Amino acid sequence: MGRRVVLGMVGLGVVGVFAGRAAQQTVNSTVGTIPGLGAVVPAAGGFRIYTVTNGYPEMNPNAYRLAVYGGVNNELSLSLADLADLPQTQMTKDFQCVTGWRVDDVPWNGVLLSDILAAAGANPEAYALRFFSFDGVYTESLTMEQAMRPDVLIATAMFGKPVTREHGGPVRLYVAPMYGYKSLKWLSGIEVVNTVVPGYWEQRGYDIDAWVGASNGRNDDPIA
Amino acid sequence: MDATTTPSPDVLRFTRAERWTHRTIAILTVVLILTGAALFFPDLSVLVGNRPLVKNIHTVSGLLLPLPLIVAAFFVAFRRDAELLNRFSPDDWRWLRSRERRSGTIPVGKFNAGQKLNAAFTLGSIIVMFGTGVIMWQNGYFSDDIRTGATFVHDWLGLVVVIMVAGHTWMAMNDAEARRGMRTGTVTRSWAEREHSQWVTQDSKV
Repeated sequence: MGRRVVLGMVGLGVVGVFAGRAAQQTVNSTVGTIPGLGAVVPAAGGFRIYTVTNGYPEMNPNAYRLAVYGGVNNELSLSLADLADLPQTQMTKDFQCVTGWRVDDVPWNGVLLSDILAAAGANPEAYALRFFSFDGVYTESLTMEQAMRPDVLIATAMFGKPVTREHGGPVRLYVAPMYGYKSLKWLSGIEVVNTVVPGYWEQRGYDIDAWVGASNGRNDDPIA
Repeated sequence: MDATTTPSPDVLRFTRAERWTHRTIAILTVVLILTGAALFFPDLSVLVGNRPLVKNIHTVSGLLLPLPLIVAAFFVAFRRDAELLNRFSPDDWRWLRSRERRSGTIPVGKFNAGQKLNAAFTLGSIIVMFGTGVIMWQNGYFSDDIRTGATFVHDWLGLVVVIMVAGHTWMAMNDAEARRGMRTGTVTRSWAEREHSQWVTQDSKV
């Protein structure tokens, strides 16, 4: 009998490995929507929290500044209040990780990257942007054309609340049409440059143009 | 207590090899649960930090987990107890269903039916957690669907394992003599007769 229990568990485990993706999506869309449960039920909140350093950098919101420099007419150093004074944009879009998980319909708030570049008077001839994180390690890149899209946001809020520390707060990048690693966390610097410099994950083999469903050998549904 | 008024000789319940098997698995399990929790719960992750280190400890502990069982398989006493744990009698089914399972009216051998189920669950968990863990560790060799599925199984079974370990610990905390059996290897004959009547009558080894 004991043997049967063991074999039964192994069998269930194998089924779970093959059916788990669908099951996880069901969990996310049912249990995950109940407030409070997301923190206890495995991955029901959808997000898995990553960091590329030993910790999760902490930032005093009052001390926070976003530097915009390089090929710009006016270098900027934006506090959270400055960001709040710029035109605000809201969008509800999915977050798709390159490792497979996806969180549907995340409400995002913040300032369009294009609005910030306009405020800085970015050189329209400049070809690319570099993004820096105050964790000191994480970097990212976008072409200027990608950066000007209306679904690329400097996010200050998720789910109607300030972006939390583990999600990359107080300010993170949200590049809706691309895999999550492009949405750099703990954003502190934007440099306008003339060539694309591959970011942290791109130096580790991930695609530079990380379109959801059309890169990294994946076939996920694009972000609508 | 009977044991103090009528001193009785102790009975050997677990050999040294069995005790060390239990001890190493227990230590590895606690390390795995703590590091697993630190990797899994966002709030705890932020609190603990040091993710690469925590991840390495978790991976190495997980890879070591089957080792005590493999070593134990070379010991006769372990193999004999494993055989006892595997065998379910009609009395075991009655024991599981009965409200009076603790009264001693249903014959119980060296292991009661709950212990047998726990042993089977533990072995099944180790195999499944090990397999899914290896998929997550060597993720480059597996497709996204398989990786996501393995993560799903690892998460949920991990949660069940925590509940089972908590229950196991709770039962042990309520029975000092059972704990002594696992710590020193011997139990009093009176405890054995009360909790495992068929064991002491069928096997009088001291």
